[in-house]
Amino acid sequence: MTLDSWFFVLGVSVVASPAVLLTVCGLTAIAPWRLSERGIARCTEAAVLTGLFAAMAILTLMLLTGRRYIPIELGNWVTLPQQQFHFEWKFVFDRLSVPFAILSFVLCGTVGAFTSRYLHREPGYNRFFVLYAVFLLGMIVSSLSGTIETLFFGWELVGLSSALLVAYFHERQNPVRNGLHVWAIYRIADAAFLIAALALHHLTGAGDFADLMGRGPWPEGRAAISESHAVFVGMLLLIAAAGKSALVPFSGWLPRAMEGPTPSSAIFYGALSVHLGAFLLLRVSPLLEVSAVLGVAVITLGLASAIFGTLAARVQTDIKSALAFASLTQVGIIVAEIGFGFRYLALIHIIGHACLRTLQLLRAPMLLQDYNTLENAIGQRLTHTTTAWSRVMPENVRCWIYRVAMERGYLDEILHHFVVRPFLAVFRWCDAKERRWTDLLSGGDSRESDSVKPHVTSLEEFV
Amino acid sequence: MAELHLPWMELSVLIPVAGALIVARIRTAATARLTCLAVCGLTFVCAVGEWLDFASLKTFEAHDHGNLLDWLFQREFFIIDELNAPLLPLVALLCLLTALSTLRTKVQRFYFDFLLITEAILIATLSCRDPWALIVLLAAAPVPVWLELRARGRCPRVFLIHMGLCVLLMVLGQTLAQMGSLLAGGALLSIAALLRSGVVPLHCWMTDLFEKATFGTALLFVAPMTGAYAVMRLVFPIAPDWALQSIAIISLITAVYAGGMALVQHEARRFFCYLFLSHASLVLVGLELATPIGLTGALYVWLSIGLSLAGFGLALRCVESRTGRISLDQFHGLYEHMPTLASLFLLSGLASIGFPGTVGFIGAELLVEGAVGVYPVVGLAVVIAAALNGIAILKVYFRIFTGRPRPSTFPLHARIPEQIAVLVLAALVIGGGLHPQWGVHSRYHAAVELLRQRGRALVESQVHPLSPPRDREP
Repeated sequence: MTLDSWFFVLGVSVVASPAVLLTVCGLTAIAPWRLSERGIARCTEAAVLTGLFAAMAILTLMLLTGRRYIPIELGNWVTLPQQQFHFEWKFVFDRLSVPFAILSFVLCGTVGAFTSRYLHREPGYNRFFVLYAVFLLGMIVSSLSGTIETLFFGWELVGLSSALLVAYFHERQNPVRNGLHVWAIYRIADAAFLIAALALHHLTGAGDFADLMGRGPWPEGRAAISESHAVFVGMLLLIAAAGKSALVPFSGWLPRAMEGPTPSSAIFYGALSVHLGAFLLLRVSPLLEVSAVLGVAVITLGLASAIFGTLAARVQTDIKSALAFASLTQVGIIVAEIGFGFRYLALIHIIGHACLRTLQLLRAPMLLQDYNTLENAIGQRLTHTTTAWSRVMPENVRCWIYRVAMERGYLDEILHHFVVRPFLAVFRWCDAKERRWTDLLSGGDSRESDSVKPHVTSLEEFV
Repeated sequence: MAELHLPWMELSVLIPVAGALIVARIRTAATARLTCLAVCGLTFVCAVGEWLDFASLKTFEAHDHGNLLDWLFQREFFIIDELNAPLLPLVALLCLLTALSTLRTKVQRFYFDFLLITEAILIATLSCRDPWALIVLLAAAPVPVWLELRARGRCPRVFLIHMGLCVLLMVLGQTLAQMGSLLAGGALLSIAALLRSGVVPLHCWMTDLFEKATFGTALLFVAPMTGAYAVMRLVFPIAPDWALQSIAIISLITAVYAGGMALVQHEARRFFCYLFLSHASLVLVGLELATPIGLTGALYVWLSIGLSLAGFGLALRCVESRTGRISLDQFHGLYEHMPTLASLFLLSGLASIGFPGTVGFIGAELLVEGAVGVYPVVGLAVVIAAALNGIAILKVYFRIFTGRPRPSTFPLHARIPEQIAVLVLAALVIGGGLHPQWGVHSRYHAAVELLRQRGRALVESQVHPLSPPRDREP
């Protein structure tokens, strides 16, 4: 076998392993016979280890041969040659995608092993692993994507699995409401991403990152696009990244996402999913270099998110929310680093932060015990020292900042008050007008659905 | 013109007609259901046979073998081409699955003879290319619905006013078009087709229908999108580009409006109606773009929506048949009772918004690409409509299937026939999503051919302005 054949086989294994896991988990979820907990855990282990070893083998071969760009082309999924429409399955192994794929496998593997015990005998065990498989596939496809369409494919899978995992404990209303909130923000981000992808297609005639961002291996490409176009596309991608990474003003979903089970919070919102926006910006970083305005916008958004995150993290009263905002602080700094052009630093920052945050979130349920152990060891209560800021800043300013941080910057309220409520009010008004119109045509009450009872106690009552 | 090897089309129409006559005479509801299932199954086999036969001919269009009706009336009624070839099995499948997923406890309230008549009319409509015959069939389609509304004691006025107006406009439009006044005739035909498609502000009949008719009947009346078919047969060949693009803008507004309205509904049927309307309008947008890529996307989305929203509607209908009309003001907690239906509900809903890996994904991509290509800014509304629909679908999924589980002393899980319907649709939704090339290629070929025919017809209408283009076709 030639070296290229090895690369091809290993590359396909990396992508195929989560796809096979999803097929197995998905089929057993709807089939009349169920896979046991142990069976699911074994399948997950096998898929993650296969993908991880294949990715590490590719990394080793790349280091040994000095190759920095390995494209794996699986052919066109859909093609209309006459219209220059191609949807190509192309995966790229380079200095950005390989570390990110390995990080995904390592963290997903860790969390998979943790979850197989944490959710033991939970009724939704199988459901969790179906969504886990969707998430893993989405992360791997996103991180290795060689075309913007493939990246969108993975991006959407990550979004859906994240929203459904937030709503994992679906017998309670709060997780479900929060899951819907996350999904709504993701849909806005997805819409921005799709428009950006189409705009790039129209401007450059290509969906391949190699053509979009220059032929050089990451991070040395140069985007062949005018400044005005770069600002337009870049701003859309920035909105997409902001939605996915919970940057300001979309930060409200991050603490809400902590309603999901601890392993999913750790892996998805603390470690991987929340970095996907930053990954997107890294992938299109040659685009950011074209326009100074765009670079400033990225830096501003990153710093604003970091400052907001650090303030909000300090006043949270539960550990998962505090960690969520601490994540946001780091993600904001990472985004700012990307804006400044420190791409390797940002990549290393992502890897380090994701690993640390996963560990912290997995240990979060044991926080009180950890504190207890610590205090027992030092033989006294932990002391809290006041910061320099608190000595310098007037008390009313401190109170104001505390209030804003406590209310999470009023970001959710602002979005709700100025976007969601007016939007829904317009359509409710239209609905009322439609009712009057159909009542008029019917010559009486036209809506049977008004008599549908909203509150019932049992299904027998329905029937 | 090529000819099919067997009279598939006439069989697909006559079998349900004969079946309806038989079912109407059967007094036992369970026997009527079984007979209806057998007839629908046979019709589906004929429709699939017709598609395969046509595909084997490798031509753009073909007429039926034998042509009893053509011989009787001396007109070419039934012609299969690349536009309607996949629509006929789709309609037959929808009717079969609707009958299959009707619970035994509901058979007393469901009109199987009307279902078969509706199936015959739908298949005849989608097989028909003759303008006057098409108008007659479009006028006949509301009759079974009206009879059902009357039998159920519901006020059919809103439905009848709109359908009556639609027929009137079609007759006037076609008359004017035949007299050579293509602009006025085309305008009236466009309004009629848009009315039938439920374009805002002429859409209230659709919500009213879902309020008053049985879910199955309402679903079968709107899901095959005969309004879009009327646009393709009556308006598309004669309307200039600017007229088509104006219709596309109106459809785009409808798509966004219906997406927004779906978010504020309090009841599941009304929600479904707006969701369907939004998607159907997106199909119209693509059809009216009159570009190969947009038209390919629209034709593909037509099929994908037919499958996915039918699955979505059937899942909703199955839930409704167990719980009654579903309020969206509360969480019903039905996941524990019916996980399979919940999965289909989510899967088909996601397929309808073009989620990756499902049948709708590539169609949606093509449609958005086509819309943005023609209207770089306005076309973005397609993306907004898809985003709104996506939020609405997950919201309703959460409302129906999540929440504190309701106690029940009897099993509510999907019955075997329902599971079959669910699995068939899920397989089609995922299978079409994993291997879309064949479908896209077929739709692209159809789109190119339709555009070529339209170009030829427009040139001819400029050379001979007093005679309609269709009559001059060899």
